[in-house]
Amino acid sequence: MGVVHGEEMVLNIGPQHPATHGVLRLQVRTDGEVVSQITPYMGYLHRCFEKHSENVTYEQVIPFTDRCDYLSSMSMNFGYVVAMERLMEIKVNDRVEHIRVVMAELQRIASHLLCTGVFGLDLGAFTPFLWALRDRERILDLFELTCGARLLYNYMWVGGLSHDIPVGFVESTFEFLDYFEPKVDELENILAHNKILVERSADIGVMPKDVAISYGVTGPNLRASGVKWDLRKNDPYSIYDRFEFDVPIGEGQKGTVGDCWDRFYVRIIEIRESVKIIRQALASMPKEGDVHQSLPKKIRPPKGSVYARTETPRGDLGYYIESDGSPIPYRVKMRSPAFTALSVLDEIGAGWLLSDVLAILGSLDIVLGEIDR
Amino acid sequence: MTVDFIFDGLNQLFPAVAGNDFFLIIAMLLPVAALLGFITIYGFGVIYSEIKVSSFIQDKTGPMGQGPGLHAGKWGLLQPVADGIKLFIKEDIIPASADKPLFILAPFLIFIGALTAFIAVPFGEKIIIVDMNIGIFYIIGVGSLAVIALILAGWSSNNKWALFGGMRSAAQIISYEIPAGISLVVVIMLASSLNMQEIIAYQEGGLFNWIIFDNPFMPIVFVIFFISALAETNRTPFDLPESESELVAGFVTEYSGTRYAIFFLSEYANMFVISAVAATAFLGGWQSPFENFLNTPAWSVFWMISKTFFLIFVMIWVRWTVPRLRVDQLMHLCWKVFIPIGLFNVFAVAIWIVVIG
Repeated sequence: MGVVHGEEMVLNIGPQHPATHGVLRLQVRTDGEVVSQITPYMGYLHRCFEKHSENVTYEQVIPFTDRCDYLSSMSMNFGYVVAMERLMEIKVNDRVEHIRVVMAELQRIASHLLCTGVFGLDLGAFTPFLWALRDRERILDLFELTCGARLLYNYMWVGGLSHDIPVGFVESTFEFLDYFEPKVDELENILAHNKILVERSADIGVMPKDVAISYGVTGPNLRASGVKWDLRKNDPYSIYDRFEFDVPIGEGQKGTVGDCWDRFYVRIIEIRESVKIIRQALASMPKEGDVHQSLPKKIRPPKGSVYARTETPRGDLGYYIESDGSPIPYRVKMRSPAFTALSVLDEIGAGWLLSDVLAILGSLDIVLGEIDR
Repeated sequence: MTVDFIFDGLNQLFPAVAGNDFFLIIAMLLPVAALLGFITIYGFGVIYSEIKVSSFIQDKTGPMGQGPGLHAGKWGLLQPVADGIKLFIKEDIIPASADKPLFILAPFLIFIGALTAFIAVPFGEKIIIVDMNIGIFYIIGVGSLAVIALILAGWSSNNKWALFGGMRSAAQIISYEIPAGISLVVVIMLASSLNMQEIIAYQEGGLFNWIIFDNPFMPIVFVIFFISALAETNRTPFDLPESESELVAGFVTEYSGTRYAIFFLSEYANMFVISAVAATAFLGGWQSPFENFLNTPAWSVFWMISKTFFLIFVMIWVRWTVPRLRVDQLMHLCWKVFIPIGLFNVFAVAIWIVVIG
């Protein structure tokens, strides 16, 4: 008997669709429920970040970086100020560095919470999503306490910070961490070891090591494929070399290394590692130190260029800044981790069922603001 | 409260005009009116409990205010009413490219399926609208109407997501009727009757005479029936036809306002019917769990509704806890797990009846 071939259907997932995490359009070709090809179309959120940066002063770029990856604004600020400080050869004091690390790691927890929660939501589990948001809210409260904003902070400035941390911040953060650690176990229990979730995500959308490396995938997605690569360890910036933490990699406990479950689980372990870093940073934070100490009066970097990369919750964030000696950057280029993560979607997602494609997309943890810039 | 009961009553009250057709119509319409009232009240109750139970599970407060008077109420008791009013006064939109007659027909069909099944649900020894000799068979039969409605909704919307939802629901509901049916076959074998009241009469005499404790195989049969019931009513983890993160809203994507509300209400009505069947077939129906304890007709309604609501509560609980299965895993579970175990149970219980019972 011959195989009956049906007609392929072209289906547009998005730009308005609950599972695309923003305004992304996936054009998929499906035969029944089996997806044969995925073409992502992006640009719905393009706001000319890079071109805009060429028309404003260096410090005015920082609020734009907030709006790129709006789920980890602190990390986006961090990458930019690290690049600028390297270009201008500014050394900031220890207190500033400690505060920056605490903020970046809190942001990493907040971002990973959202990612793991939304991954559950993509697979149909609504409750863990709200649990994750409940705890993320506490982190946003801490940020609000610090700089008044809950999402877009503009907190890290070249050579310092916009504000010092308020009185009682350290205590409230410790209090939050004590509350939060059991909640991570709770989240892990309801999601990671749930039979249905394991069935839905183990062995699905396997991203082998070589595919991940050749596409330039970074961050938790790369680590889930079994590559121990974390810029905080491999190319330490700021003061990350002073802290003790592990870099979790995917081990394929429930299936193959690099499947959706690994990508999801690596993030849960990373939340725990971030808690460790925050505890160390808060404990060793110097009491003295002006956060405006090395703030330049006028930002006018010397002629030249710099490329600096930092580890955001989504992977290697690179800023290339070209200066012509004026107060306005000649060129700012951002290498965004979510963009490379999205580019691998067709490679690992084709051939799976429609439901799996959305699970794979959820496990890649993309943010459209950063892809479109 | 059967139709015959009212008809006889009317004939005795007015012996001069006894036996005319008008009385028969009244005797039929009265229970139906009572039924519609019951479904409305039940709908508000179950939607409220769904909201509140999910709130407790998700660590939030749920609706708080909205009482009589401006936000004076205590626990958001009027939230379902507000939801209902909102849905019913919405603009009725039929997509331009939809197949209009079928699009309009689908919500009616699903509601008829849900409503007619109520007729054979017993709430007490005399409190049943029509006491059919094939009651359980009838409920399974009219329950299948839902699948036609879902396919019609999916097809007539002329929307790819709706089509996916319709396709999935067709495969799912037809498949899961088999394990549900096989489970009920075991019950029918034990009670030697298709009549709902006789199945309940078989379980007379307290908790341990219930069919679920009748022999060691019955708990398995009950679990299979209950999970299949979840699948038949499109509840999580089997809500694939309308999985909101995959198919936007599945077969109801294009529906809004009143028509959507009818789909919504039918889902809850189906939950009640299927839970009532589970309570009747396995948990002693309207009988008290203890012999000669609160076993009067008034209490029988209480027992029936509390057993049914307990099962509905479990359905809500499951919905807010677990993720959703994939379409092939769903079929795998049905055809390779439930049906073989179900068939085994039929043979095992048959041997049990012959050897021990």
